[in-house]
Amino acid sequence: MRIRFWGTRGSLPVSLTAADIKQKIVESLIAAGGRAFKTRQDAQSFVEGELPFSISHTYGGNSSCVEIDTGTGEYVLCDLGTGARPFGLHVMSQKKGAASTFHIFLSHLHWDHIMGFPFLVPAYVPGNRVIIYGCHDAIEQAFRRQHSSPCFPVDFAQLGAKVEFVKLKTGVRQRVAGLEVTPKLQMHGGDSYGYRFERDGKVVVYSTDSEHKTDDKASTREFVEFFSKADLVIFDAMYSLADTVSVKEDWGHSSNIVGVELCQLAKAKHLCLFHHEPVYSDAKIASVLEETLRLEQITREGHPLRISSAYDGMEIVV
Amino acid sequence: MQVAVQRYADVLVVAVDGRIDYVNAEEFKAALMPYLTNGTAGAGNQVVLDLSRLEYISSAGLRVLMIAAREAKARQGKLIAVALQPVVREIFEISKFTLVFQLFDSVQDALRQISPTALAAMKSG
Repeated sequence: MRIRFWGTRGSLPVSLTAADIKQKIVESLIAAGGRAFKTRQDAQSFVEGELPFSISHTYGGNSSCVEIDTGTGEYVLCDLGTGARPFGLHVMSQKKGAASTFHIFLSHLHWDHIMGFPFLVPAYVPGNRVIIYGCHDAIEQAFRRQHSSPCFPVDFAQLGAKVEFVKLKTGVRQRVAGLEVTPKLQMHGGDSYGYRFERDGKVVVYSTDSEHKTDDKASTREFVEFFSKADLVIFDAMYSLADTVSVKEDWGHSSNIVGVELCQLAKAKHLCLFHHEPVYSDAKIASVLEETLRLEQITREGHPLRISSAYDGMEIVV
Repeated sequence: MQVAVQRYADVLVVAVDGRIDYVNAEEFKAALMPYLTNGTAGAGNQVVLDLSRLEYISSAGLRVLMIAAREAKARQGKLIAVALQPVVREIFEISKFTLVFQLFDSVQDALRQISPTALAAMKSG
């Protein structure tokens, strides 16, 4: 499976400002130290090989949308945040109008997780089939309301694709698009659901917008089971632990620390920090990653845990 | 995990030994909270947590500390952590607990700051 991250930001899409770009250029020039680059390739090598990621790149600002490419020809997505827009454009550039099926698993119906759908171009193309899966009762209502006046000028009924809604049951495993999928109830305002995807012995867990009170032993054991031996866990690490147990307690989000702990207990192989706080700069997200790598190092008992921080455009193969 | 308590004048020093993780966090909470709860015999407004023998603390243990600190604050008291081992200090830093907890290098340093009377009591044995 190839996992593509189209949107990785939490709560609200953001974009770099002119000041942010200027700062990156200044930092790059300082790092170059007056060096001259004779060829474009030399400059490219410097950018790729010597500059820190937070200067040479950006983590991006689209809200949650992750693709699971199973190689079957059908598309599988988790959530429809604003990352769904570049995903849809990518599909259109590839498929050149050929009819396609899209399987979309929703964590929940909060705006940042569905707001990309009105801009998902394949949903306007006759012949396409869009199947939206989730555990909430009001999924269809939320999508129709988002697509109606005065929120949006194009009514849901005008979508060219055939759009279907399929209700899933938490804890019940079923087969969709060649994947074994198991939803799990998570702690979040109005509830959210994580998904465990399994195919050919590989496991990917998508678990965002999920708060964990790890002193609740029963809940912790449930999530350790849910993450068990996963090849990749995409995890809501929006806040610091101190925030999640104080001023942001019960806001429905988690931390890098809890991600490491649950993955260590579950013997998962790869933790991917996801749903970044919208006020965080690239430098701040990079520092969270550095600290998380250090935490894993000082708390490791036996199996090593790979850790990365999701960015718009990142791909991970499991 | 073990908890031992010593009173010096108006300050309680609670020494924590071992590891605190999700398995024993509830036990730690049950052991700690009586010293911070209003109306409990032996409870104190000023509590110093001596963590010099604490080897590891997980998010579950840190959450207990936050609950305890909140309780202390509600009583106009203080919960202070001292003598963190390097690993525990790093966990405090990464979790950003260093931003919400007052930390000192030793019990003596903490007492010097919050209660000279307690420091004198400690020195007199």
